[in-house]
Amino acid sequence: MVTNITNFGRSGLSDWLVQRVSAVVLALYALFMVGYLLLHPGLDYATWNGLFAQTWMRIFSLLAFVSLAAHAWIGLWIVITDYIKPTGIRFVVQIAIILAIFIFLVWGVQVLWGA
Amino acid sequence: MSTMRSLTFDAIIIGGGGSGLRAALELAKSGKKTAVLSKVFPTRSHTVSAQGGITCAIASADPNDDWRWHMYDTVKGSDYIGDQEAIEYMCSEGPKAVFELEHMGLPFSRFDNGRIYQRPFGGQSKDFGKGGQAARTCAAADRTGHALLHTLYQNNLKNDTVFLNEWYAVDLVKNASGDVVGCIALCIETGEVVHIKSKATVLATGGAGRIFSSTTNALINTGDGIGMALRAGFPVQDIEMWQFHPTGIYGAGVLVTEGCRGEGGYLINKDGERFMERYAPNAKDLAGRDVVARSMVMEILEGRGCGENGDHVMLKLDHLGEEVLHKRLPGIVELAKTFSAVDPAKEPIPVVPTCHYMMGGLPTNVHGQALMQDADGNDRIINGLFACGEAACVSVHGANRLGGNSLLDLVVFGRAAGIFIESALNEGVDYLDAAQSDIDSAMARMNRWNESSGGEAIPALRAELQETMQTSFGVFRQEDHMQEGVKKLADLRERIANAHLGDKSNAFNTARVEALELDNLLEVAEATAISALERKESRGAHSRYDYPDRDDVNWLKHSIYHPLDKKLGKRDVNFQPKTLDTFEPKVRTY
Amino acid sequence: MSMLQVSVYRYNPETDSAPYMQEFQVDTQGRDLMVLNVLEIIKQQDSSMAYRRSCREGVCGSDGMNMNGTNGLACVTAISDVTKNGKLVLRPLPGLPVVRDLVVDMGIFYKQYERIQPYLQNDTTAPAIERLQSPEERDKLDGLYECILCACCSTACPSFWWNPDKFVGPAGLLQAYRFLADSRDTATRERLSELEDPFSVFRCRGIMNCVAVCPKGLNPTRAIGKIRELLLANAT
Repeated sequence: MVTNITNFGRSGLSDWLVQRVSAVVLALYALFMVGYLLLHPGLDYATWNGLFAQTWMRIFSLLAFVSLAAHAWIGLWIVITDYIKPTGIRFVVQIAIILAIFIFLVWGVQVLWGA
Repeated sequence: MSTMRSLTFDAIIIGGGGSGLRAALELAKSGKKTAVLSKVFPTRSHTVSAQGGITCAIASADPNDDWRWHMYDTVKGSDYIGDQEAIEYMCSEGPKAVFELEHMGLPFSRFDNGRIYQRPFGGQSKDFGKGGQAARTCAAADRTGHALLHTLYQNNLKNDTVFLNEWYAVDLVKNASGDVVGCIALCIETGEVVHIKSKATVLATGGAGRIFSSTTNALINTGDGIGMALRAGFPVQDIEMWQFHPTGIYGAGVLVTEGCRGEGGYLINKDGERFMERYAPNAKDLAGRDVVARSMVMEILEGRGCGENGDHVMLKLDHLGEEVLHKRLPGIVELAKTFSAVDPAKEPIPVVPTCHYMMGGLPTNVHGQALMQDADGNDRIINGLFACGEAACVSVHGANRLGGNSLLDLVVFGRAAGIFIESALNEGVDYLDAAQSDIDSAMARMNRWNESSGGEAIPALRAELQETMQTSFGVFRQEDHMQEGVKKLADLRERIANAHLGDKSNAFNTARVEALELDNLLEVAEATAISALERKESRGAHSRYDYPDRDDVNWLKHSIYHPLDKKLGKRDVNFQPKTLDTFEPKVRTY
Repeated sequence: MSMLQVSVYRYNPETDSAPYMQEFQVDTQGRDLMVLNVLEIIKQQDSSMAYRRSCREGVCGSDGMNMNGTNGLACVTAISDVTKNGKLVLRPLPGLPVVRDLVVDMGIFYKQYERIQPYLQNDTTAPAIERLQSPEERDKLDGLYECILCACCSTACPSFWWNPDKFVGPAGLLQAYRFLADSRDTATRERLSELEDPFSVFRCRGIMNCVAVCPKGLNPTRAIGKIRELLLANAT
């Protein structure tokens, strides 16, 4: 067994499963969004704001953000471990990506529940 | 050469095919420091090409099957010069060896009751020839050799056998007393030459079908072990006995298993006639291979061959139906499509008898100990030297091998050699170390090639040798052709001794390996030629126009070729099985 | 005379500082030769040409190489199948270190094969005869045990190119599943626990290059999918 400590779930199996489940969530979220936009051709800010004022939409969105974060980390981790062979550079890039994903996630929460 | 590195093992096994790996497995399990030296990665050895199966009375197809019936068939198939004690050992120990393979994981095909699938093969009978056709060949589809070789390699990995892969054994090292104490070996990847010291040197180097231009054998089958033994002055036995397999694909030489006929296929001539009914009314297409091969050549010579030149016959399989072909003979379907552009489910495959197997080899006892003869013609054991598999002549195949018996030979006698060497090493053996002069003489031939500065090129000489053997020592033989062949070989010997190795580099130099192989081809070819010329009778695969009959008065004997004076002697055949009565020679009909 | 233009990758570590392509003209006499036959003719012109070969009938797996961009066995590939614009380009299998000319160092490929413990493991006492196996159970091994270890698949796999030390590769995984699928093997749990890390199996991205090049028509991608299913079933 190949050991590693930087991947998402410490196991290839859980990464693989998370990747697939998060993909389903993202697909549903994307479908919902496209559908919503199609059904509201003259969409204004009030309607849009109203959608996101509802708790279920906030939870759904948060689920999508978390899925996106996990999905991105697993995917990028795979790309990085394929293409960046020097350990030092790989580690720095991994830290940078984790930071970026964390910031985007916190920002997303702030957008959803912020003032 | 004082800087030459040396490696020491309890046992060195030269050859990574079925018999070598089986011997190595036995020794590795016992904890002996064992190395397998192979010129190719072991699963590239020629055992991998065996198709039809391993013949053994495991009583699966027929619960009443008996190893004695298998023994009877084998003795008869050998045209009575197979050693009955050895055949008895092989047939009675066989089931144990086959079950071991199954336990190791060999993926045999199965019957509905879960037991190993067995199919009919040529020369098989029940009840000592009186009970009709038997089905005794255990099969993994038509890839039994592949399945067997991979299984053995896998189990050697499990038991930590040391592998010297892509190393080439150059020559045996003998000490001052004439005992074999190791060999000189070349690491092909780096070009390093190493002295390998061992108390037991096992030649499991397989056959030498490449002495003929048309052969089912792999390109690597160059008789390296036989060549090494002959150069060391050791004799070979029954080396004139070469099996021509009835069904090599016309033009390509690629093997089509006898299992095709076992599953119900048959041979036809240009008139569409199933001609084997005339030559062997009972066994028909499943007569002994020598009988079928000769019948095919007769058909061709009498103008009933197929094709524009009338130089082959056809193997008909389409009546078996797609399902049987894909279930039981998938590899054959693939080979026929690739090498003869024929779909056997629709059309027959063009086939021709093709050199397939060397029945002769280094004479050994059932423990794999190599034998020579003293001045009075008595057997003498060669200390430190063992042989098993096709390189050895135990002899279980005599003048003609039955299909499926070679894989059994490999595992039974590979195993037997391993068991014997283990106990011999436990009891302790002590031979003189090789002196520098002994090592130097084993290096002589490689040095000759390395120092060559001009002369003929290797591929052309090899082709000429193969052409000579094909012309003069094929399915049918006769005095004048053979004499001419012997002369040509003598001439070739001189020319090869002055031939040129153009590439003297070290890294993966395949030209050097081919040069060293050419020497071995020549040794085997010459031994074959001289033995064939001297055996003045027809027996098994050795068929002469000028001596068309079997001569039991003079030739119910093994031939023994002595390389030093190039003379052919005789050795008694063993007629004393331990547990049953002798099978007396009878007229051999199928 | 019908000449075939052949371009072959050459590299001898003792004399060449870098590999180069060498051009040969081969007279095929109008025959549709196998690529191996073409190499044999070239070797008669230039004995220093190095390549591996043994059975010359596609069962030993020695002569895997890259022919006009596609991996395959030289001995069972007809020139009419690979030649493009009258030209044949021969290169060693990609992604492995070159020893010389068309000969690659297969060490890491074999190491990955050994890692999956490619031998039957059964902790029960063996019976006096064979272990029974129904034809249906045996059928599950078809398409798996036939692998000849030629490395055409693994060296066509980008995941193996990037991580040959960590990703088992299609050939090794096909064999891993061969033993997982064998009704006689009792080490399923141990085998699976060795495979659940992010590299060994899960580096497969399912691009199926392995399936496209396998000279024996085997399907490693399907086997890898089956291993994933077993891992999932074992862990959930």
